Amino acid sequence: METATALWWAVVVSGIYHGVNPGMGWPLAVSAALMDRARGSLYKALAALAFGHLVAMAAILFPFTVLFWLVDWQREIQIGAAGLVIALGVYLLINPRHPKFLARVPPSRLALWSFLAAMAHGAGLMLVPIYLGICGILQAGTGHAAAQTLMTGTAGIAVVVALAHTIAMTVSGGAIAIGVYHWLGLKFLSRSWFNLDLIWALSLILVGVISLLTLH
Amino acid sequence: MNLRPDPTFHATPKLAMEAPAETLAFTLMLSPDGSKPDGLAVVDTDPKSDTYGQIVHSLFVPNLGDEFHHFGWNACSSSLSPLTGHAFLERRYLIIPGIRSSRIYIIDVKEPLEAKIHKIIEPEELFAKTGYSRPHTIHCGPEGIYVSTLGGGGEDGTDGPPGIFIMDCQTFEIQGRYEMDRGIQDKHYDFWWNLPRDYMVSSEWGLPPQFENGVVAEDLLSNKYGHTIHFWDLRARKVVKSLDLGENHQMALEIRPAHDPIKEYGFCGVVVDTTNLQGAIFTWWRDENGEWQAKKTITIDPVPADADDLPDLLKGFGAVPPLVTDIDLSLDDKYLYVACWGLGEMHQYDVSDPMNPVLAGKVEIGGIVAKHKHPNGKDFGYGPQMVEISRDGKRVYWTNSLYSTWDDQFYPGDRGAAMVMANVGENGGLTLAEDFWVEFPEGYRSHQIRLEGGDCSTDSFCYPSV
Repeated sequence: METATALWWAVVVSGIYHGVNPGMGWPLAVSAALMDRARGSLYKALAALAFGHLVAMAAILFPFTVLFWLVDWQREIQIGAAGLVIALGVYLLINPRHPKFLARVPPSRLALWSFLAAMAHGAGLMLVPIYLGICGILQAGTGHAAAQTLMTGTAGIAVVVALAHTIAMTVSGGAIAIGVYHWLGLKFLSRSWFNLDLIWALSLILVGVISLLTLH
Repeated sequence: MNLRPDPTFHATPKLAMEAPAETLAFTLMLSPDGSKPDGLAVVDTDPKSDTYGQIVHSLFVPNLGDEFHHFGWNACSSSLSPLTGHAFLERRYLIIPGIRSSRIYIIDVKEPLEAKIHKIIEPEELFAKTGYSRPHTIHCGPEGIYVSTLGGGGEDGTDGPPGIFIMDCQTFEIQGRYEMDRGIQDKHYDFWWNLPRDYMVSSEWGLPPQFENGVVAEDLLSNKYGHTIHFWDLRARKVVKSLDLGENHQMALEIRPAHDPIKEYGFCGVVVDTTNLQGAIFTWWRDENGEWQAKKTITIDPVPADADDLPDLLKGFGAVPPLVTDIDLSLDDKYLYVACWGLGEMHQYDVSDPMNPVLAGKVEIGGIVAKHKHPNGKDFGYGPQMVEISRDGKRVYWTNSLYSTWDDQFYPGDRGAAMVMANVGENGGLTLAEDFWVEFPEGYRSHQIRLEGGDCSTDSFCYPSV
């Protein structure tokens, strides 16, 4: 049970981690409110960013949900997913360049931008080993239950993982956006922005390694 | 790559105004006859320093005949938009194109007093990768560094229209052309944009045969120089509207959008109206229906003169045209500075109401006929030309050369390089600083100025001032 709690915390903490990173978009919500001279635009922008992020999470998690239904291959799938996350982390370490195509997205299409930014940086992939870990525990708990139960269970978990992660991201990023808009001012942006490229790549590798080490 | 954003990147124009004042300026030096290599002068602008107003370091390039003109930074405040993914670039390199040679120098000024060449892009590479020539204006944009060009392909730069190309902001590799749909745009000069509103505005000078060997009087009098400004969907890379300012408004040059991105207007300077020799400023804006509009909001009259006092080119007109060759807008969008290179005047307009500019200050220095001296008693050759404003809006710097061959037509003989500074009054007004006078090496002319940490024609801001 403790492992499950830890994994769920990992889902939330990674959401907060994505949310507070200006690179995932909260400054765009501040900008939207200021440009439109309307506080409502801040929330609209946050909603667009959240939606894009959520879709990106779902787009990555659901294929693994389906794979996980191949009961006999679960261990291999978990190893493969961990390998994939580590590989992306190593790639980002070697090639820290930001993808240029993100800059082609018009500022008015924040949901699309958020989706692409999350995909390009492997934000969804980071969740996969965590998600598969939770699925593994579910299966251990239900034993050799009917395939139907497993399918509904893992799909449900994917939805909850994506939602919990996105909510944590939106609440943390939103809190900073609101704080900057009302009290802190935009000076906070350049003062608080840290280059997380290296840490980001290392956290992908870390998630993958932990997942490999904890495989039963 | 930095671990924090460069301290010279500012989210809003207002924050940039509050940043520490410049202690150094970078000024381009060109050899008008190409007999010496062009260079970059590092000028001390710290009034507390012993070398205030002096060149404290010079870098000369290893080639002849580049003709330095405009230049810019590798990175600016636009990096603070998460959309670009460039938050941790350093403002460290100056991109200096030669408009005659089409060669591009990347100069590392991390240690300004040890400025050194980081990379040279040879003309052949530019031609091969873009089909453009004669690179000019530099701005840091969404996908990298945007560079405007004045020429197309071929020996005389008339094979195809000139345009903008994009350069990688880290490796300085040329990526290729910017345009996807240029509409009727067939000449080029300046460009700038509003990044969050996602539009760009570009202007027109003339094609290389119309400027390289001097102004072509017949072309000017038959209105063959540029007189159209183009509004682009920035990220879709297409012209959405080309607005003709009227064919008599010859040479629509500098584009100066309001710095605060919440404002959807800007200015464009027109060198000469061929019907009356006036200089003009147009205000352009997007109306409530989303349509682009432009209206002439400032005119500057020519001054009658005796033909004997005029160069050959102007003798027949019996007047000195103002020749509006450069304009610059302070970061608070309050004052527009207008260089009247022919008259020898620098005008300061209060443009708080962009549709109704009001003359707030004026400095007289140089001029074809007037030949006003600097308050320190020295002769100021040519007229006020490239103008740059400090971020806080309190100091205005300018030099005096327009373009080698044009200098010689309007101001025959060698008149020497100059760079001066004027202080801005509390409520407007402009006064030359008697103690700021830069001595340049013999045989050189001075062109664009860039200020340490950014200035009023460099940085693009992604967030409105509050």
